[in-house]
Amino acid sequence: MIQLPDAERLVTALIDQMRPQVSSAAGLVGIRTGGVWIAERLHTALRCTVPPAALDVSFYRDDFDAEGLKHAVQSSHIPFEVEGRDLILVDDVLYTGRTIRAAMNELFDYGRPRSIRLAALIDRGGRELPIAAQFLGATLEVPARYSVDLEQENGRLRFALREKK
Amino acid sequence: MFLDRNPQLNKNGELHHLLSIDGLPAAILLQILDTAQSFVGVTGREIKKVPLLRGKTIFNLFFEPSTRTRTTFEIAAKRLSADVINLAVNLSSHAKGESILDTVANLAAMQADMFVVRHGSSGAPHLIARHVGPDIHVINAGDGRHAHPTQALLDMFTIRHYKQDFTNLRVAIVGDILHSRVARSQIHALATLGVPEIRVVAPRTLLPTHVETLGVHVHHDMAKGLKDVDVVMMLRLQNERMQGAFLPSPQEYFKFYGLTADKLALAQTDAIVLHPGPMNRGVEIDSDVADGRQSVILPQVTFGIAIRMAVMSILMGN
Repeated sequence: MIQLPDAERLVTALIDQMRPQVSSAAGLVGIRTGGVWIAERLHTALRCTVPPAALDVSFYRDDFDAEGLKHAVQSSHIPFEVEGRDLILVDDVLYTGRTIRAAMNELFDYGRPRSIRLAALIDRGGRELPIAAQFLGATLEVPARYSVDLEQENGRLRFALREKK
Repeated sequence: MFLDRNPQLNKNGELHHLLSIDGLPAAILLQILDTAQSFVGVTGREIKKVPLLRGKTIFNLFFEPSTRTRTTFEIAAKRLSADVINLAVNLSSHAKGESILDTVANLAAMQADMFVVRHGSSGAPHLIARHVGPDIHVINAGDGRHAHPTQALLDMFTIRHYKQDFTNLRVAIVGDILHSRVARSQIHALATLGVPEIRVVAPRTLLPTHVETLGVHVHHDMAKGLKDVDVVMMLRLQNERMQGAFLPSPQEYFKFYGLTADKLALAQTDAIVLHPGPMNRGVEIDSDVADGRQSVILPQVTFGIAIRMAVMSILMGN
């Protein structure tokens, strides 16, 4: 049985790691949906001056041919200038790295950031691209037949483990 | 028992071709509107392109002239990073006697992924859809008097943008209903999305017989037809389709059915005015109204790009 970590404690750990290294002018970019919740928490804790962005990477995914569009594509919303800014991409679960690649491609269509770093709550292994997180809550080996999703209920974050169909 | 499913849907009930609004469930219409909403964000950016349809080839197959529709389909395809080829077929081999299906078969042999078809005869896109391979998608960009589904969808997007909700609206469609594929698609879309009161306003000569069987209220008088409506959808007077005595003169048509400021004053004060273009100023619409504060005619064109991006990417993904 896989023991899932407490998501709230991982958020706190992430904040502690980021505080000395992230300037308040940095732009937080949450990847929908879980990453957006985390980015909002980080934004408050790190006292960032610009509001957090939300990215829906559906239009940049590399599995469009196999999967098509998800039914509920939402708009990406970036409320700050990307050009020249230090960005922190925020995601709940780092896995193959393909979502992060799609997110970086999308960000460059808004401008040329000065730098991009990655913050994730969990690294579950299974990388298919050369991508690593600079800020990480925990590592967790999860067999490929499971998916790990972040959920939010009454303002509290928690992880859920599901067997894939 | 053999059940004939909607020819637009694949075996999973997803949209494979877009030929007509008729018969599509509200869920699919809303999926298109919602997807278009996220593409509006893309078209407002510095780089107005996403890589979604990179490597796909889309043929714009226009057997009938069009500027706005063809251009917005072309822009939509390019913003999705597809390769798009425009064919004005009346100038090409069609004019030399090649049949539609031969033209299409030849283009399919060039590895086409999608055909966007405009044709003067009702049913032509449907015919093409039945004869292409299973990996090719067809979008109807207007066929005869039958349907113009992407126009109706961009109209629905525009209405939702300004009015948020469909279920408390009075909508009047005004003008040449008889020759209008736009009106037919609009009526189906409005009804499917739950608009409780759809009116058509036109002289008897420009209404199809039994139009009331579509669930619309018929008016021949603008004063009654526009009273208290939230949305006025004007139609173009299609002179090119009129042979015979439909109307005494454009001047007389303007007097009774042209949308002027004083007629529009009968509608709600926040009513919006739509027109699919191209406009005949001084025939079906007065310049003061076309350029006035209630006109949303130019936003319609902008939203048309997002709607066509949404339709193309949903079809290609299914």
